Amino acid sequence: MAKLSENAVAQITEICQRHKDEKTPLMMILSDIQNEYGYIPLEVQELVSKHTGISVAEIYGVVTFYSFFSLEPKGKYVIGCCLGTACYVKGAQNVIDKFSELLSIKPGQTTADGLFTLDALRCIGACGIAPAVSINGKVYPKVAVGQVSEIIDSYRQEANA
Amino acid sequence: MTKISSVAELEAKSAACTKCLEDKLKGQDDKRHIVLCGGTGCLSSNSKEIMQKFEELLEAKGLSDKATVNQVGCFGFCSQGPFVKIYPEDTLYRMVSLDDVEEIIDTDIAGGQIVERLLYVDPSSQEKITKQDDITFYKKQRRVALHGCGVIDPEQIDEALGMGAFQGLKKALSMTQQEVIDEVLASGLRGRGGGGFPTGRKWQFALNVDADQKYVVCNGDEGDPGAFMDGSILAGNPLGVIEGMMIAGYAFGASEGYFYVRAEYPIAVKRLNIAIEQAREAGLLGENIMGSGFNFDCHIRLGAGAFVCGEETALLNSIEGKRGMPRPRPPFPAVKGLWGKPTCVNNVETLACVPYILREGAAEFAAVGTEKSKGTKVFALGGKVNNVGLVEVPMGTTLRELIYDIGGGIPNGKKFKAIQTGGPSGGCLTEEYLDEPIDFDNLVQKGSMMGSGGAIVMDEDNCMVDVAKFYMEFICDESCGKCSPCRIGTKRILEILTRICDGKGTMEDLEELEELSKTIKTNSLCALGQTASNPVNSTLAHFRDEYIAHIVDKKCPAHVCKNLMQYKIDPDKCIGCGMCAKNCPASCITRTDYVAEGHKLASFAIDPTACVKCGLCMSNCKFNAISKD
Repeated sequence: MAKLSENAVAQITEICQRHKDEKTPLMMILSDIQNEYGYIPLEVQELVSKHTGISVAEIYGVVTFYSFFSLEPKGKYVIGCCLGTACYVKGAQNVIDKFSELLSIKPGQTTADGLFTLDALRCIGACGIAPAVSINGKVYPKVAVGQVSEIIDSYRQEANA
Repeated sequence: MTKISSVAELEAKSAACTKCLEDKLKGQDDKRHIVLCGGTGCLSSNSKEIMQKFEELLEAKGLSDKATVNQVGCFGFCSQGPFVKIYPEDTLYRMVSLDDVEEIIDTDIAGGQIVERLLYVDPSSQEKITKQDDITFYKKQRRVALHGCGVIDPEQIDEALGMGAFQGLKKALSMTQQEVIDEVLASGLRGRGGGGFPTGRKWQFALNVDADQKYVVCNGDEGDPGAFMDGSILAGNPLGVIEGMMIAGYAFGASEGYFYVRAEYPIAVKRLNIAIEQAREAGLLGENIMGSGFNFDCHIRLGAGAFVCGEETALLNSIEGKRGMPRPRPPFPAVKGLWGKPTCVNNVETLACVPYILREGAAEFAAVGTEKSKGTKVFALGGKVNNVGLVEVPMGTTLRELIYDIGGGIPNGKKFKAIQTGGPSGGCLTEEYLDEPIDFDNLVQKGSMMGSGGAIVMDEDNCMVDVAKFYMEFICDESCGKCSPCRIGTKRILEILTRICDGKGTMEDLEELEELSKTIKTNSLCALGQTASNPVNSTLAHFRDEYIAHIVDKKCPAHVCKNLMQYKIDPDKCIGCGMCAKNCPASCITRTDYVAEGHKLASFAIDPTACVKCGLCMSNCKFNAISKD
């Protein structure tokens, strides 16, 4: 098992301390770690267990229950295709299929170069501009299948720049 | 901001803020005011950048002291965004782009003329409409829960105070706890999250329990895919919901509240945080509020992407840092809820209605609606309808009014097929039900439900078996796994639906679907499980012929299911340009020997065995020569 860097240990300890006055801080701690590192591997869960006294089994149970928490690192760009009903009836499935085809990954997976993660989202509340795609928080309105390769290229260029 | 520590101080502050807001709306301060929609839809169409450009250009043109710019909550008319509104004239510009900013400033702000080309055009009369209230989309609406949304800046407590914020709480604090509950009972308010349980009764249960600590929890885990009412209310007028929560807290004796909001709503969370902070600074949250002896504070908890957390007991488990699985009931949360203490879980929209009831009186609230469903309901109207957006209508409005008068009908001259209300827990209703009034009980009788307010319109191009499969995939994915009818049953249903969509279904499958639905409905632990099979039940009830077409004729009437449809080129319409073949990723389109009369080049044809059915050929054909069969 990979060993955590001193820096990471200090930061995770700080995150646990940040919420120590809360009655049941586990979700908040995990959210902060997920936001900071993009994933919550087992060695981090062990550290959280040490600080909170909650068993690793319970922490693992929570991490695997919620779709926002991930055991694997996410890509630099997280492509979230909204598959809410409003987007779905306007062809969102074809959009996510195109991303999947062009990146050669299935929803939930990350490309081998660590650049892209493809996620299926359940309604981001942008039904007026369906189908919507959210990439690292930027929302693309009314995405057509023909735009997909252009969108991917723009991020590849940004990454290479 | 100075602390408000008594009713008199609130009165003084509110009066000043009301004047300030009125001056702005009516132009009594000799200034023009530019407001922009800050809803999710408009923000993703550059609303923020447009706002910055307004600020920069006003500055550059030396007009900064003549006009102000700020952002407000969702205007609701999402398909026409981004919106820019100019006060005091109340001129509404729609679909504004960055390039339009300079013209609006030069023509309108500096020149006093309306930029005609940016006005909304009524599709039936072709008339240009200047003011928001004259647009048909808004005419039948009535704003109670959406009070202040799209008018006030949600990040400025002063604007909320100018719209009557905390007047409801002030009234409540002058009454006894029982009087507040009686008022809410008299209003007929029922839970807007979909359950429809009388809010006052829930509070009464919690009041009747003796405990050292009680909690109010606001359910903002709006999981229904295609619904964005609660997110928009929280982002448009967060103080209204906070005030509703405080009134609830006062009514049954809770001094602490928790907002549980989906992490998918970053804008709502940010504005809610700001509102809580500003209310604390103003002394409107904390100890001894307005000198009444009532203490209250609230906190935010974020969801982490689990649909089942919208179920109240699962939500409580999630706040407690556990897997979000429902608890068996009884005990009900009102008796034993968060951390074992009496807790009322109320939906965002429910709490947003509460200040109105206290401020304007129960009778005023109950004056609209149907016999058993009082007040208004917010809907997120989406899918195949011209006017996509957020609407609030009196209970009892018919589906037809919602879809055609407010929604503007179906785009591209297509035929209406069904409206899905209540999300995955609801059902679809067909044309024959269009004149049914919408309320809690009536739609349930008709085999659907009003639900939390998602309303997705589907047209002839949507396959209902595919829609049922979509919902079942969602439910399968989101089932928490605690009880087997839901965990295993939904999986089996999904397998059958997939089989049918692939053209491998049998007629026995239909009986099996009905059998499974019944088992899931009667044996699941929580409401989400009990309603999990509704999409299948209602599509089977109204669109059995579509299922049969998939099974017996091996055809998908809407040409959606890929295994049951193919693309075809009409050789007589094909001019042989080759755009289809050029764009085909599977290289399955080749030229034939056939040259149609009047054409110079031979037409193309698709090899159906190699076609991956991506549809690129059809979208690239400029001569309508390609169709689905």
